[in-house]
Amino acid sequence: MTEAVTNTGGDWLRLIVGLILVLIFSQLNALFLVWLERKVAGHIQLRYGPMEVGPHGLLQTIVDGIKLVGKELITPFKADKKLFVIAPVLVFMPVLVPFLVLPFGPELIIRDMNVGLLLIFAFSTFSVLAILVGGWASNNKYALLGAIRSVAQNVAYEIPLLLSVMSVVLMVHSFKFSELVMAQQRIWFIFLQPVAAIIYFICATAETNRAPFDIPEAESELVAGFHTEYSGMRFGLFFLAEYTNMFIVCAVATSLFLGGWHGPFGFSLGIPGVVWFLAKTYFLLFVLMWFRWTFPRVRFDQLMNFSWKVLIPLSMLNLLVTALVLKFV
Amino acid sequence: MTAVYIPALIYLAVTMGVMAVILFLSARIGRRRVTREKMLPYECGMDPLGTLEIHFPIKFYVVAMIFIIFDIETVFLYPWAVVFRDLGWFGFVEMLLFTAVILIGLVYLFRKGALEWE
Repeated sequence: MTEAVTNTGGDWLRLIVGLILVLIFSQLNALFLVWLERKVAGHIQLRYGPMEVGPHGLLQTIVDGIKLVGKELITPFKADKKLFVIAPVLVFMPVLVPFLVLPFGPELIIRDMNVGLLLIFAFSTFSVLAILVGGWASNNKYALLGAIRSVAQNVAYEIPLLLSVMSVVLMVHSFKFSELVMAQQRIWFIFLQPVAAIIYFICATAETNRAPFDIPEAESELVAGFHTEYSGMRFGLFFLAEYTNMFIVCAVATSLFLGGWHGPFGFSLGIPGVVWFLAKTYFLLFVLMWFRWTFPRVRFDQLMNFSWKVLIPLSMLNLLVTALVLKFV
Repeated sequence: MTAVYIPALIYLAVTMGVMAVILFLSARIGRRRVTREKMLPYECGMDPLGTLEIHFPIKFYVVAMIFIIFDIETVFLYPWAVVFRDLGWFGFVEMLLFTAVILIGLVYLFRKGALEWE
């Protein structure tokens, strides 16, 4: 494909084909990730995980999804009806927009916007709002506590996340994903910015409310946190959004720190870029699931202190050192 | 110029459409039987105790306020990061001062114990 096709402003065909592919991909991805999560959990605990439906339980999540659609949508008597209905819509609404700018391959960017990275961060913050609205509207103690914790956690980890990404932006001078990835043709940024990469990944884990930072939905104390009262497909939308968000944060990590569609040190080994990209992204997703069964859940004060007292000063320091080094190089 | 962002709006609209279909299907297929127990707030199977007017620590508000300060800092830093090369040493020193002010604020918060959770 030529440069003209990649970057023209009015390429509607690309947009529509991309949209259809993204819709299919995001659903398949969520189905696959839920299956993978259960398999990884099973094998780490020396179990098999789902085995019955399909080969190695591969079709289990499809069956679960169909079952979920058939479930009753419960709205508790005292819940704030409007907000209660809006929350799952609000959480799922922004999850497909980041796919517009994610660089799956050299020619596989639907729209290579010059604010690509900012667009992703702007839309990913929606989910906090949705969690707050959902938890508040449920009229349930556990849901409210989960929502409050979630907001405090998400805002605390957003700052080091943005600061760590900024040190990469500083090196490339651009938010454009194609340029961010092209700059890593020779050497991946994880080798030049190891501190930023680690901070980013910790914060991404916290932002997606994954263990060990799954305090908003700590099942041993808060039942299911903010989505305690949700049932049927309303719960399903929270679930879908969570797994799509996991993919997005890992895809961003791949394109910012692991070279995107590039192979290691400029060797592509004849493997197409999109395969490299997806392989690295799914590896990171596997690591996220690995975390869950390796680290115990942190306490809330530890969580907040770790962000404000360690991650934020460290990421600021990393940014300043990056700026200083760039001035002298 | 704003035409660049129209694709994002289209994606939002389509996602809304997909969700409407999913929720409509779910509402139609799923059966609906209202019972008192089902519609009560879930509290592990017991009747809910007390009211929802729980008091949550004031710390959460403090965190929200601190967040705004730092979030604005990052908002200011992003454009700086993009034009960093063109600004030269002036831009570097300016941002150093700006970050130093914010960091002093952070140290002040530590000293005041605003970030202590007991």
